[in-house]
Amino acid sequence: MSNLTEIRWHGRGGQGAKTASLLLADAAFNTGNYVQGFPEYGPERMGAPITAYNRISSAPLRVHSNIYEPDFVVVVDETLLSTVDVTAGLKAEGAIIINTPKSVDEIKSKIRGYSGRMFTIDARKISEETLGRNFPNTPMLGAVVKVSGVMEEKAFLDAMEGSFKHKFATKPEVISGNMAALKEAMQEVAK
Amino acid sequence: MGIRDRLSGNEAIANAMKQINPDVMPAFPITPSTEIPQYFSQFVANGEVDTEFVTVESEHSAMSACIGSEAAGARTVTATSSAGLALMHEVLYVAASSRLPITLACVNRALTGPININADHGDSMGARDSGWIQIYSENNQEAYDNFIQAFRIGEHPDVQLPVMVCQDGFITSHGVENIELIETEKVKNFVGDYCPENYMLNPNETIAHGPYDSPVYYMEHKRQQLEAMKNAKEVILSVGKEFGEMSGRFYDFFEAYKLEDAEVAIVVLNSTAGTAKDVVDAMREEGKKVGLLKLRIFRPFPGEEIAQALKNVKAVAVMDRHEGFSTIGGPVFSEVRTVLYDLPNPPKTISYVYGLGGRDVRTIHIESIYNELLAVKDGKDQGEAYRYLGVRE
Repeated sequence: MSNLTEIRWHGRGGQGAKTASLLLADAAFNTGNYVQGFPEYGPERMGAPITAYNRISSAPLRVHSNIYEPDFVVVVDETLLSTVDVTAGLKAEGAIIINTPKSVDEIKSKIRGYSGRMFTIDARKISEETLGRNFPNTPMLGAVVKVSGVMEEKAFLDAMEGSFKHKFATKPEVISGNMAALKEAMQEVAK
Repeated sequence: MGIRDRLSGNEAIANAMKQINPDVMPAFPITPSTEIPQYFSQFVANGEVDTEFVTVESEHSAMSACIGSEAAGARTVTATSSAGLALMHEVLYVAASSRLPITLACVNRALTGPININADHGDSMGARDSGWIQIYSENNQEAYDNFIQAFRIGEHPDVQLPVMVCQDGFITSHGVENIELIETEKVKNFVGDYCPENYMLNPNETIAHGPYDSPVYYMEHKRQQLEAMKNAKEVILSVGKEFGEMSGRFYDFFEAYKLEDAEVAIVVLNSTAGTAKDVVDAMREEGKKVGLLKLRIFRPFPGEEIAQALKNVKAVAVMDRHEGFSTIGGPVFSEVRTVLYDLPNPPKTISYVYGLGGRDVRTIHIESIYNELLAVKDGKDQGEAYRYLGVRE
């Protein structure tokens, strides 16, 4: 049997949810998995709600539809909670991870009809502390890997370091910040 | 052993182009195929290929430049989608009738009216009578493999026709998935050099291209073009076999997936075929004899082979990601039904128009089609043979 993990990302255009889904696909590929990373495209506008998806499996992936019953949902922008049904189809044994400075207790009332695990993480704070700017996608990537356990943590961090070295070949000074953002998110989300 | 990688369908095509290093690439960007010339122009700028990259002001000019360079004797590629292919329409016919084996990456997207950027086969289906060979691809791997094979097919002396390699816009063009690339040296050896027998820059044997063809000859030339399209069938099979011997991935006119003992079957092309395979496996677990015919080659249409593959099934659904407004079913349906007509006991056939303008196709949709086919097989009245999948009425 394959161990398929399906992840749905909710963000706003320009926040990097698509990039985060592609980075996760990259890391999962580099740790030996079959992967899919794809965004749902609509009119491309900064700030408009967007969705991106990941499938990660030990077996080849053939299905080519969006994900309707995800194992995990990542919400990169808290304001989407009041406009998008982010938990639609989310499996009860899965989890939702939300970027917000609030605690789970404070935000619970906004997520009705979901009885599974909830995690919050202040990705903005982590990003500003480690990268000096608000790039929430890197901390959210660390958080979803930690919560989902879809990859072994050290293998994930090694794979990401390789990806960042490749991606930021012309500006290596940002690699350590990105790695710090991942690590801090992985610690914070578990609390 | 190939090279394990993860690429989007557009990256896969650009990568194949880089490995082949064609002589000329004229291109004009259009979503969702824009990334192909974008990535390729980086390879040009980096000196990784020595291709002449021609920037043009429209797709009509892109295809016209392709015609000029291929006629001159240069191996030529381009990429487009949707309205871009529509704007090429006039000159697609010139390329085919001039017997110029141009290779085009078509990233399937809906045609405007209303405007839409998503997956739909209206663009390439609209070009189905242009005389181009059409190859369809389930995923990034097949887009890559088909693109490499296209040169050997189109440039074969018995064929000499242009080839378009299609894949679904965004679904596979922008989706990143695992892929096994072939070593560049092997790709180069497989594709070989382009050595046309007749070309305009040959000073020893001057030829004319595109002169007026009067009624005295026009019909003979069309007949010859048809002969070339017929010849393509044998070449497609031999190239698919040779490619398999090199890569381990063999290609035919279509993939018959669990079709041998199937009682009902779906015919579909491009990315939805992958979704359908998952459904076939799940329903087979429940003991239901369902099968899939994933069409790879649409032009030339492998009619006899399709009829043979479907002769024992009791009911067939043919899926079209295009509305041709014939009012009797989609274009793939019409052709499949035509070839089934000559069978002694033809299966019942149902046309499903699906996924227009990027409407998502889920496993539950495919499952509903199989359940309907199984009911028809068991004696349920077939009812309306021309249906829409997942539309709000």
